[in-house]
Amino acid sequence: MESRNTQLAVGLFVIIGILALLFLGLKAANTNVLTNGETYKLFAKFDNIGGLKERSPVKVGGVVVGRVSKISLVGDYYEPLVEMTISKEYNEFSDTTSVSILTSGLLGEQYIGLNPGFIDDTVEMLEDGDYIYDTKSALVLEDLIGQFLFGQGND
Amino acid sequence: MLNRVAALGKATLDSVAGAGAAFFMLMRALVGKPQLRKSWPLLMQQMYSVGVLSLLIIVVSGLFIGMVLGLQGYTILVDFGAEQSLGPMVALSLLRELGPVVTALLFAGRAGSALTAEIGLMKATEQLSSLEMMGVDPLRRVISPRFWAGFYSMPILALVFSAVGIYGGYLVGVRWLGVDDGAFWSVMQSNVEWGQDILNGVIKSLVFAFVVTWIALHKGYQCTPTSVGISRATTSTVVTASLAVLGLDFVLTALMFG
Amino acid sequence: MRQVENSALDDALVVIDNLHFAHSFGAHQVYQNLSMRVPRGKITAVMGPSGIGKTTLLRLIGAQLYPQQGSIEFAGHNVHQLNRRDLYELRKRMSMLFQSGALFTDMTVYDNIAFPLREHSQLPEEIIDTIVKMKLEAVGLRGARDLMPAELSGGMARRAALARAIALDPELILYDEPFAGQDPISMGVIVKLIKELNESLGLTSIVVTHDIAEVMTIADYVYILADKQVVGHGTPAQLKQSDDPLIHQFLHGEADGPVPFHYKAATLEDDLLGSDHA
Ligand SMILES: Nc1ncnc2c1ncn2[C@@H]1O[C@H](COP(=O)(O)OP(=O)(O)OP(=O)(O)O)[C@@H](O)[C@H]1O
Ligand SMILES: [Mg+2]
Repeated sequence: MESRNTQLAVGLFVIIGILALLFLGLKAANTNVLTNGETYKLFAKFDNIGGLKERSPVKVGGVVVGRVSKISLVGDYYEPLVEMTISKEYNEFSDTTSVSILTSGLLGEQYIGLNPGFIDDTVEMLEDGDYIYDTKSALVLEDLIGQFLFGQGND
Repeated sequence: MLNRVAALGKATLDSVAGAGAAFFMLMRALVGKPQLRKSWPLLMQQMYSVGVLSLLIIVVSGLFIGMVLGLQGYTILVDFGAEQSLGPMVALSLLRELGPVVTALLFAGRAGSALTAEIGLMKATEQLSSLEMMGVDPLRRVISPRFWAGFYSMPILALVFSAVGIYGGYLVGVRWLGVDDGAFWSVMQSNVEWGQDILNGVIKSLVFAFVVTWIALHKGYQCTPTSVGISRATTSTVVTASLAVLGLDFVLTALMFG
Repeated sequence: MRQVENSALDDALVVIDNLHFAHSFGAHQVYQNLSMRVPRGKITAVMGPSGIGKTTLLRLIGAQLYPQQGSIEFAGHNVHQLNRRDLYELRKRMSMLFQSGALFTDMTVYDNIAFPLREHSQLPEEIIDTIVKMKLEAVGLRGARDLMPAELSGGMARRAALARAIALDPELILYDEPFAGQDPISMGVIVKLIKELNESLGLTSIVVTHDIAEVMTIADYVYILADKQVVGHGTPAQLKQSDDPLIHQFLHGEADGPVPFHYKAATLEDDLLGSDHA
């Protein structure tokens, strides 16, 4: 009987472990995007990606719809190419959609903002592997200051 | 001078031989066909003494560490007007670092030292020899179930630690200091990910479980079978295992999040 | 090499040949050129002064220690040349009563004795129960079966260990000091037990002991160890008649004689006066 009690205690122990995992998985982690659901990929080239990192969120109007899955340099001029993994739930972006790199708050992290384009008969929908051409790069503080000084000098 | 060099050489050779012995001990303990009927009750018994009995210290420490994180995090973040980020701060510190690491350190102190002392004493009282003479391999019979028990228990303990810690952070942050309830969880959720954070934390604690249990068992198995020998081995288990955990944590963190 | 010329010893279960042994960390040689034959189905006693290496010898036979030279054969197998698996198979055919008892401290007396049966036999639990109770009865501990080893006295622990050693009725039983710490009554019981096991089941026994009087009554053959080798051997009757001063000293427990009572050391005067040439 002693071994039965031991087994019972160990069983409870394992159940507590599973409950902890469920708690962490359901309550602490984001469950909707990119965890279990299907995804597709979109690409965008920027002049400058600023402080964007892999895993930075991709948002539409503040709602996370995907994440940056890869950042690389392509082409002869080494342009930054960003690969975004977007949840299949949001697969109705037209090819007039634009992307910009934004900053949350003054010191916050950078993320990608998707601005869905208009939809009518003349535009096509973005599919897996498509490129978004309308991009706005990150604001880089040094460039801004440079422009400002340059502008002052010209006056 | 020459003596020093010789001593260094001997120390190196000894540690290489020690690592080799530890490796062979583990190989012999784990390789071979398992006999489920016999090993299941042994595993249960060890899961009980290694895992279940460590649960209390893990829950209490997890709660306190989570509460401290909530308090410290709040006082720091509130200066930047970023107290909404308290949730992810608490959750990420626990899931990525404190959960696996502190659990491993506590485990080394609580269960690891007990394993070393137990096996050392079994050696000193000739129980291991006695098994050998009975034709029962002590590595399979004594070492192996303890190893698996440690290996399975620690990730469970680490998960419990993180979960309780997050709850502690919630108690202090939301209930006491008045961070918005919804923001606490939702900001946490948008920043914590299954694969990157939870899974990597579990992988970390599996690695720590392997190393800590291994060190504890090896120190016990190799100890000089006297009271001084056992006490040295026990101390050495806690020191070596703790250093190994901290060192490995850096390497793993660099690999996973670097 | 010493020849054992006794036709009764031809059928030997254990043959020790020309053994050299030193503990790996001790500079001190324990055995040099040791040869011995343990006849099958007989009780062989091994006697010798404390620290001479009797326990070491039993461990060598069980292949827990490896000699630098020479060989030990058990039932035709050189125990030190077997691979791990075969060695563990072979060890199932022998069993050892440790000097310290070596009971498993996390099990009751009952479970300790059932342990080898549960490990190595496929017997159902009821039969194991019967065997365990019989063995406990034999050593007079049936009432103590639910105690933990820590709750036993030294002598009781040793008897429990004895019951465990004989649980499987192995071919060879190595007894390391079976009589130590026993009162005269239990001593008599154990002597009888060893004898009975040997007679009824034909088990071979090696008994290491200092209790000369007891062992001389049951032993079929006696080896006396001293000075890294066998210094005398024969049947108890032969030894009693022997006029070898060594054997005489040992059998009669005289302090002065060829066998030194002291562990190798400098003279007492040197030690006390702190002289350098120790
Ligand atoms: N692990 C060891 N390492 C080094 N030397 C050892 C070790 N074990 C025993 N010795 C030495 O080997 C010698 C033989 O020891 P052993 O225990 O075999 O003696 P013994 O004949 O059984 O003595 P006793 O009758 O007191 O039990 C002793 O001189 C001892 O100092
Ligand atoms: Mg001895």
